Amino acid sequence: MSAARAEPAAGIAIEVEGLRKTFGDHVVVDDLTMRVPRGEIYGFLGPNGSGKTTTIRMLCGLLTPDAGRGTCLGYDIRTEAREIRAKVGYMTQRFSLYADLSVRENLEFVARLYGVPAPEKAAQAALERLGLEGRGRQLAGELSGGWKQRLALGACILPAPELLLLDEPTAGVDPQARREFWAEIHALAAEGLTVLVSTHYMDEAERCHEIAYIAYGHLLAQGPVAQVIAASGLTTVTLEARDASIGAPAMAALTREIEVRPGIDMVAPFGTRLHISGRDPAALEAALAPYRSRPDLMLTADAPTLEDVFIDLMRRSKDARK
Amino acid sequence: MSGRDFVRRVNAMVVKEFIQLRRDRVTFATMIMIPLLQLVLFGYAINTTPRNLPTAVFAHENTDITRAIVAALKNTAFFQFTRQAQSEAEAEHLIRGGEVLFLLEIPAGFERSLRRGEKPRVLVAADATDPVAAGNALAALEGVVATALRRERFVDTPGEAAFEIVQHRRYNPAGTSQLNIVPGLLGTILTMTMLIFTALSVTRETERGTMESLLSMPIHPVEIMLGKILPYVAVGVMQGVLILGAGMILFDVPVEGSVFLLAVVTLLFITANLAVGYTFSTLATNQLQAVQMSFMFFLPNILLSGFMFPFAGMPVWAQWISEGLPLTHYLRMVRGILLKGADLRDLGPDIAILAGLMLVAMTIAVARFRQTLD
Repeated sequence: MSAARAEPAAGIAIEVEGLRKTFGDHVVVDDLTMRVPRGEIYGFLGPNGSGKTTTIRMLCGLLTPDAGRGTCLGYDIRTEAREIRAKVGYMTQRFSLYADLSVRENLEFVARLYGVPAPEKAAQAALERLGLEGRGRQLAGELSGGWKQRLALGACILPAPELLLLDEPTAGVDPQARREFWAEIHALAAEGLTVLVSTHYMDEAERCHEIAYIAYGHLLAQGPVAQVIAASGLTTVTLEARDASIGAPAMAALTREIEVRPGIDMVAPFGTRLHISGRDPAALEAALAPYRSRPDLMLTADAPTLEDVFIDLMRRSKDARK
Repeated sequence: MSGRDFVRRVNAMVVKEFIQLRRDRVTFATMIMIPLLQLVLFGYAINTTPRNLPTAVFAHENTDITRAIVAALKNTAFFQFTRQAQSEAEAEHLIRGGEVLFLLEIPAGFERSLRRGEKPRVLVAADATDPVAAGNALAALEGVVATALRRERFVDTPGEAAFEIVQHRRYNPAGTSQLNIVPGLLGTILTMTMLIFTALSVTRETERGTMESLLSMPIHPVEIMLGKILPYVAVGVMQGVLILGAGMILFDVPVEGSVFLLAVVTLLFITANLAVGYTFSTLATNQLQAVQMSFMFFLPNILLSGFMFPFAGMPVWAQWISEGLPLTHYLRMVRGILLKGADLRDLGPDIAILAGLMLVAMTIAVARFRQTLD
């Protein structure tokens, strides 16, 4: 049926417009518009319950949007879910392979279902690629978190999909396994696979080519990391004690004092330092002027981090909703 | 969707289901143990025409005639004379305490009044708290006593009927419960296991989160359903062979009719129950609910189908409900084929209704199955 495939703007893997999904009275995703270029690693960020999983499910046809339209790999997400499913690998947030099947049996099941020729060989190849050769006979349910995640990824890429949808794939996985996981993702992207990955981790966001930030169902920012930071319009100043004379209680008091001053949008402690941000540079400067003259404090201009930007975005979105 | 792809995906599901089934030892053991256990319990322990029931005699006189009556009753094998009461109070105590189920009281001057044609009375008091236990024995009483007296030529029984009723107990002349129980068990066990195991196998996927993965793969709901149902058809056939084989070996259950017809009817019945179980699994959100729903369906099946209680004895409304249950029709057909040698002509309507019920259940199951998580 590839003839019916409306080729979108060249090199676009996902393109959705005005997506909306409600469960009862609760709007989970509202007016979401985004575009994911082919061959990119696209980070999908946002707090818990912000609608990331719901969006991913709508993309692969597991949920029907209440409003809006979109295509995934050129197929309509409303009417061509079957075609999408054949070309998309979806890794669920919760481990969703069969715990009572062995690693090999799980892979063979996936291979048979997708019609991969010679399923046993394909499963064997996947085992080798994943470094799971020694664990083929082990039940999937008995694997540790890191190995489960690796197996789930292996099952997703076994049918050679064009797009991977990964829903918080690294939650609860140790740093070493996370690093290896990301190396694998980059290798896959280099082979031309498009990857949409949701995460909570800022360091992972910075490994993505592009990111989108979603909170309370609204897409608040999207683009390459540097661009998202620049677009935030935040000015950040770092406040630091010159010596150890100021203890933790005094710093905490200082935080509360600065937080409420006009022109300050956000204060975030980082160890012995405070990250102070504001959207209006002049107002920020005015608010901090009294502290500049204090001999025990040192203020330096800094760039906002991605986390600063996200927290600011989230707060503003929350305020706007009130 | 080409035919080969269809077969390939159903096959993928079937292989997976069989591996899971094999790995779940407890479930697998239950599938074999339930039929065997029920068969042995119902076959050996439970008897609806009990014999050798404890009986006490309270005879005010001891004559040839009274001895003949006691002997005749003993010969029916229904009664076993365990006690000899000496007084009214003792007799009363025996029956009230549950020591005996029957009390035979022969009044003083029985023989004399009998010979005078005064129609004296013999009292048989039965503990009817369990009507099943007492019923058959009581039914046997009257004829037995009359025949005994006549045979002993003590008297010509007064008021003897001018004609005799000839009874034929057809298809089960000895009234053996097992001949009724084995076909019944075949039906109830298949209903229970087919229903519960399919209902569980689908709900388990939802509960464990594997359904989300499965739905995101290119497989059609019908393919999932077939893949889930086919392994259990095999399980059902295995159970059927087990029950019937054990019934033939242990209880000499005959197969008067066609084995082929029995197989066809059984497959139809298994599939109907699987479809019902599958429908429940699309309604239930967890395995507990699935089991509860299965039992809700199982109960009327077992109570109203004629397995436990005679169909003809039920009020009309209950009979109507019963006609809508697969087990009712299956029981009729199995009893018919095994015991009466019934053929396709005899069973036509039941086969048609069973097939209809199966189609309805399957349609609902497929229609109910959600392809999305909405």
